[in-house]
Amino acid sequence: MKNKKAETLDDALDRISDGDTVLVGGFGLSGIPEKLIDGVCDRGLRNLTVVNNSSGAGRIGVARMLERGCVGKVICSFPWGGASAVFKELYEAGKVDLEIVPQGILAERMRAAGAGLGGVLLPIGLGTEIAEGKAIHTVDGLEYLIEPALPGDIALVKAQKADPRGNLIYRLAARNMNPIMAMAAKYTIVEVDEDVALGTLAPENIMTPGVFVDRYLVTGRYRPETWEGAWS
Amino acid sequence: MTQKSPLSREQIAKRVAAELQDDWLVNLGLGIPTLAVDYVPEGRDVIFHSENGIIGMGPKPGDADVDTDLMSAGKGPVTLIPGASFVHHADSFAVARGGRLDAAILGAYQVAANGDFANWRLPGKHVGGIGGAMDIAYGAQRVFITMSHTGKDGSPKLVETLTYPLTTRNCVTKVFTEIAVVAVTPDGFVLEETAPGYTPDDVVAVTGAPLIVPDEVGEIAA
Repeated sequence: MKNKKAETLDDALDRISDGDTVLVGGFGLSGIPEKLIDGVCDRGLRNLTVVNNSSGAGRIGVARMLERGCVGKVICSFPWGGASAVFKELYEAGKVDLEIVPQGILAERMRAAGAGLGGVLLPIGLGTEIAEGKAIHTVDGLEYLIEPALPGDIALVKAQKADPRGNLIYRLAARNMNPIMAMAAKYTIVEVDEDVALGTLAPENIMTPGVFVDRYLVTGRYRPETWEGAWS
Repeated sequence: MTQKSPLSREQIAKRVAAELQDDWLVNLGLGIPTLAVDYVPEGRDVIFHSENGIIGMGPKPGDADVDTDLMSAGKGPVTLIPGASFVHHADSFAVARGGRLDAAILGAYQVAANGDFANWRLPGKHVGGIGGAMDIAYGAQRVFITMSHTGKDGSPKLVETLTYPLTTRNCVTKVFTEIAVVAVTPDGFVLEETAPGYTPDDVVAVTGAPLIVPDEVGEIAA
């Protein structure tokens, strides 16, 4: 059996290169692969296209990758939150590009990539700025925007448990975009609270089958210092 | 004449919550909509959906029970009701686009007489935040908007045609402000209720589109 367990952070991240499109899980404070993000920052990667729901808040999540100069472009639904100070500064200085995508379209474009589709027909955004320059396709008299699949070179995913095959369980609402991203990337790296013995996870409860997972790193319930008081 | 008493944010939340019916699945936006959780009428089992993948979101926990893996889309800590479930983001938006939401309560910068609304970007700014609003407003069976009746400069927010960037077209069902409840109909805006002390003319004067005033206009039960 292929050994998917990474022994070190460097070992987990050795496939990421400058310029990659990196899908990063998490929403708010839930399900963010913070240790893997620290590792990306420390490797000094450059010009990544980062896909996430937001541009990070405070110094949480992808905000740290932006702060450390790793990111050339952000694809997200909510770049301009009250706490998105790092992104705002870089964007206004012209140092980072932005593609804003409605949240459901973001999820569906990645789901399409993971499912081997070229794109999806979505009725969202018709008549808005989102539709500008996009092709419209009509089915049964209803209009849809043609939205291309959004595949990643790499996915950085956060899960609660992994077994040696890379089968994953997510905790509570920390699931969010993670299972979709795990399927949408060529190479999926997972940060987990704990690993469990083969056969421990009930097959019917597995949320992401290990076929979608290339590497996992056991970190415990890692929280960077930048989280202090973040939810209040 | 009764003194004019505009509704507080909590009173607007209470009024919109009165629309929610037994067994409805409802999504709440940020701000006043979030407050509606606390005002669901007694005896109605309303299920709240949060687009980050929670079906059956309960009220805010005490500080000791905050779990950062259990937050609403508004990034605040929440609890679960018995029988709640989790889905991933694509399924969560399938709930919305697939027509399973009986209602969404959202904030807005502007609502137009044809049911278009704007809530994601201010004109002249480079960037806004769309989040889940476009998908949710498209898919929900009813879209209830809570907002102030006018902007800080006194300009009407109920308008004939949007001047702010569109979020979703032809979707708004009713608007709840501090002075009125206004329905969006095929004929345009119709005044349903006014706040205590306000006359229909008071509301017409600060509405930026024709407002149909029926013979009977109720008072908002604040």
